[in-house]
Amino acid sequence: MRIKCPICGERDHREFYYRGAALTRPDPDAGEGAWDDYVYLRDNPAGETRDLWYHAAGCSAWVVVTRNTLTHAVSSTELAEKT
Amino acid sequence: MGLLSKGFSGLRVLKEGLTGNTGWTPHWRDPEPKAEYDILIIGGGGHGLATAHYLASVHGLTNVAVLEKGYIGGGNIGRNTTIVRANYFLPGNSEFYSHSLKLWEGLEQDLNYNVMHSQRGIFNLFHSDGQRDAFARRGNAMINQGDDAILLDRDGVRKHLPYLDYDNVRFPVYGALYHPRGGTARHDAVAWGYARGADSRGVDILQNCEVTGIDIEGGVVKGVQTTRGAIRAKKVGIVVAGRSGQVAAMAGMRLPIESHVLQAFVTEGLKPVIDNVVTFGMGHFYISQSDKGGLVFGGDLDSYATYAARGNLPTVEHVMEAGMTLMPMIGKAKILRSWGGIMDMTPDGSPIIDKTGIDGLYIDCGWCYGGFKAVPASGHCFAHLIATDRPHEAATGLRMDRFRTGYGIMDEEGTGSQHNLH
Repeated sequence: MRIKCPICGERDHREFYYRGAALTRPDPDAGEGAWDDYVYLRDNPAGETRDLWYHAAGCSAWVVVTRNTLTHAVSSTELAEKT
Repeated sequence: MGLLSKGFSGLRVLKEGLTGNTGWTPHWRDPEPKAEYDILIIGGGGHGLATAHYLASVHGLTNVAVLEKGYIGGGNIGRNTTIVRANYFLPGNSEFYSHSLKLWEGLEQDLNYNVMHSQRGIFNLFHSDGQRDAFARRGNAMINQGDDAILLDRDGVRKHLPYLDYDNVRFPVYGALYHPRGGTARHDAVAWGYARGADSRGVDILQNCEVTGIDIEGGVVKGVQTTRGAIRAKKVGIVVAGRSGQVAAMAGMRLPIESHVLQAFVTEGLKPVIDNVVTFGMGHFYISQSDKGGLVFGGDLDSYATYAARGNLPTVEHVMEAGMTLMPMIGKAKILRSWGGIMDMTPDGSPIIDKTGIDGLYIDCGWCYGGFKAVPASGHCFAHLIATDRPHEAATGLRMDRFRTGYGIMDEEGTGSQHNLH
């Protein structure tokens, strides 16, 4: 699998650390349910998913990767700070 | 079962051998679905078939069907590294896997089926003083649980495993935690034996029967929709590792699970060379030799969410490097095949057997990369939960709400209860 870093270009996925589903962090006082959702519960889709990868061996950017979990095809990437 | 008519025995093999092998019959029926059952088990893998077997054999509940979207035993039970062990550390896991190993030890007699359970012993190697301390502690936990563990020094390991690279500069072998009752089993036969055990007691095994919806009215489960029609039921158990998220979504549930891929590999058949199960403590690598002679080995997850059932090359490379570091003698063996299984990964790396928020709906999932050894106890405890509405005493720790509450997290590796850390 190759991932296109928006800054560095297409790179081997070994350069990236995988963080998991790209989710919106709840407010600190959003309550137990919202935090359980955010930290633990997952849609875990078989198909298109958006997840966070950290370009550890590159530019240190956090990248949101849209890809297909059934085919490993990466359809788009963008810097997390711009999402 | 008469020894010479239906059951399996040496006498029966002899009789059939002398009479043209004409008396063998299918091990289970292929029935049409009924309109209603007392209990439906979604998933005809090892865990689902074991659940059905124990519902019938322990609880006398035989108006049961197992719904399998493909053919039984075609998922992770049909492709895995077949290791059976009870070397867990934390309360919750410890008693559960201990229970499972005891069931394994009586399984062939219980099922009248040769699952080729081979207690050839497991050596978990350690490579530093700190790792020795950690393994000593784990061994004490295993002994406290009533299981077996022996801490071996380097010379003790060398007697059993003369072929390791003991003098590797980076990862010298300091010793091993030896678990003599651990070993392997024939994975397909486990599925088939449980299927036959359940079927012979009246359970319907419905293959090519994919569940497409779960019917719930007023918070109570009423049955399921399938590709072979609607089936009503009083109770439904979901046990579909690898697809837990999709099936749970049919009931409006989200699970604390991310699906990852675990790759494993088999070489060409070789003469007996690795007598035991051996794990490398400084790189993720474990190996045993099948009865056909193939070296069966695997490593770590690819570590990203996927359902592709195939991995990427960096993990292959890592597994091969780890194997060559530990036992260079395997370097000339040719890899025949590899595969990637879909693993239900939970945040703490431990499984779930629990009720859901829906009356009559139960779930057994989250087996991570360790589901095979758990098959007997998972089936036994899930059957107990479905039959009695109370958790089995060996499975009280496998609760779904441990993540929400933070109480009873079972993080064996001590890496944190968070996705992608196990």
